Amino acid sequence: MSDITAGTTLHSSSAARSAPVNLVGPMAWARANLFANWWSTAITLALGYLFIRFAVSFVDWAFINAIWSVPVSPQGVANTEACREAKGVGACWAVITEKHRFILFGTYPYDEHWRPLLVCFLFVGLYIVSAMRRFWRWELALIWVAVLTAIGVLMWGGVFGLTYVPQERWGGLPITLILATFGLAFAFPLAILVALGRRSSLPAIKALCVLYVELIRGVPLISLLFMASVMFPLFLPEGMNIDKLLRAQIAIILFAGAYLAEVVRAGLQALPKGQYEAADALGLSYWKKTGLIILPQALRLVIPPLVNTFIGFFKDTSLVLIIGIFDLLTAGKTAIIEPSWQGFGVEVYIALGLIYFIFCYAMSKYSAGLETELNKGRRR
Amino acid sequence: MSAAETLASSVRADAPPAISLKGVNKWFGALHVLRDVNLDVAMGERVVVCGPSGSGKSTLIRCINRLEEHQEGQIIVDGIELSNDLRSLDAIRREVGMVFQSFNLFPHLTILENCTLAPIWVRKMPKKEAEELAMEYLTRVRIPEQANKYPGQLSGGQQQRVAIARALCMKPKIMLFDEPTSALDPEMIKEVLDTMIMLAETGMTMICVTHEMGFARTVADRVIFMDRGEIVESGEPQSLFNNPQTERLQTFLSQILRGH
Ligand SMILES: Nc1ncnc2c1ncn2[C@@H]1O[C@H](COP(=O)(O)OP(=O)(O)O)[C@@H](O)[C@H]1O
Ligand SMILES: [Mg+2]
Repeated sequence: MSDITAGTTLHSSSAARSAPVNLVGPMAWARANLFANWWSTAITLALGYLFIRFAVSFVDWAFINAIWSVPVSPQGVANTEACREAKGVGACWAVITEKHRFILFGTYPYDEHWRPLLVCFLFVGLYIVSAMRRFWRWELALIWVAVLTAIGVLMWGGVFGLTYVPQERWGGLPITLILATFGLAFAFPLAILVALGRRSSLPAIKALCVLYVELIRGVPLISLLFMASVMFPLFLPEGMNIDKLLRAQIAIILFAGAYLAEVVRAGLQALPKGQYEAADALGLSYWKKTGLIILPQALRLVIPPLVNTFIGFFKDTSLVLIIGIFDLLTAGKTAIIEPSWQGFGVEVYIALGLIYFIFCYAMSKYSAGLETELNKGRRR
Repeated sequence: MSAAETLASSVRADAPPAISLKGVNKWFGALHVLRDVNLDVAMGERVVVCGPSGSGKSTLIRCINRLEEHQEGQIIVDGIELSNDLRSLDAIRREVGMVFQSFNLFPHLTILENCTLAPIWVRKMPKKEAEELAMEYLTRVRIPEQANKYPGQLSGGQQQRVAIARALCMKPKIMLFDEPTSALDPEMIKEVLDTMIMLAETGMTMICVTHEMGFARTVADRVIFMDRGEIVESGEPQSLFNNPQTERLQTFLSQILRGH
């Protein structure tokens, strides 16, 4: 463009080119994000060094120097000599090898462990089926009823030739899954009703819902669990006794319900008024309007906080530990009370953490996927 | 406006009025938004309501399908008096279709589902029949090819035409329009007005809140001018626009003419 002689400028059309190589690719990304200037380079190097040191020593501890099994005497007492020598240098996964069935199933009769194991698979299967949009039809409710019944039959037994196992002997992962699944399965519909009730035009219903949410939210879950386990039986008539697990379950449902109700209400409030009016103008009744127009949109808006609350409550079920219900965490804690295994808590807690993480991470991944899928082909 | 000549009127003056308001008053808190409104709309009549912003036009037509409740007076729609009785409310909502300024399509449903929802759930129409009906109306508003898209994928003008089709799928006797073109880009206004003119040609009873004077001249049997909650003037569009009797209407007309 050095010798423009004419009065008009001609803009030659330029073909689209791919971006210069030094602007794309991993090298360019690293240069822009990690080594942009001297101090970002310094931070990158320092953090990189710390990370690698940590990773190397963790691999050493968890894998290379780890002890996977120890000899067990005929009386069933483990000889943990080797583990004690390796303490601090190598992990003692032998505690998991030896104790995993106790951690997973608690004091459930050893020979019947296939039953809680099957229950865990049934739960996971139920989650997977429920997660698939293909199955989001009313028949899904039937599947839930059927599977939950089967789970009850398997756990209790006493029918179909299964030996009866009292609830006091249940423990471990099935308890955690029962508390979490029943908890959220009942808390969620309750939350929807309460959220709708808080926006009701009937003052009595509205007041009741506000009272419920504020009362429950104002109290820690632990004290609610204590109340359920200690105080509640005092008010029951003589001779009547409600199962301890059931009482804890109800406490969790009520607690989760109050929190979820606020999440759902946020979604209801975020919907433009025009959606309600359009549904009214078409003559839809309150419940049809709510079920077909309002909730599908409101719930979609609050998937992230909803899943956040779900994940929180999945982990909070471990609080039943303090009222002596044998959930996964309690089982893990109890496993290392035995003298020969004392001092190997880290290994057990890592294993427990991994189990919780798998469930929570699955929920989180699923919700992210669901959000993208539901927003596909739609801008708004 | 392209169509210059007025449509032949289909007003049936002998029949009982489709809509009748007698001494209607409404307040929002202390704000008196409708003051002694008296209005009779005959079957097949096309009424355009205009007036400055905040004069109560939306409130007036929203009272007719009871999106708002009036506090005094009587509103009779298609022979049914509006009251707190839920059954009468249901009946009214089936007879009266409404189109909003902001379309208010259901964004989580496809265009077709938007149109079939109410026929299926309110009129209890079989799904297949409802879909055929919906396609018929979508064809009339000239967007059948968009049936399986979502509202967010359509232009404003297309969305408003879907909203009209959606209301028509309930086979209403009366259609209410609340500034249907005010939220649209200029190039899309015509497609929506043309759809409304087409609807007027079918003899539908219509009340339109709009400032489209061309539309009023072409379609309206009667224009009503509202100000501060009152009906100030009403009459045929030609005489009302050409010889405004009150100063308020003169001011209003000069303002919107300047605006256009
Ligand atoms: N839901 C409401 N609550 C309180 N005031 C309202 C409400 N809706 C409308 N108003 C007021 O009532 C008056 C009339 O409003 P509206 O009927 O929307 O006027 P228009 O449609 O003619 O612009 C305005 O002053 C407006 O601010
Ligand atoms: Mg308005």
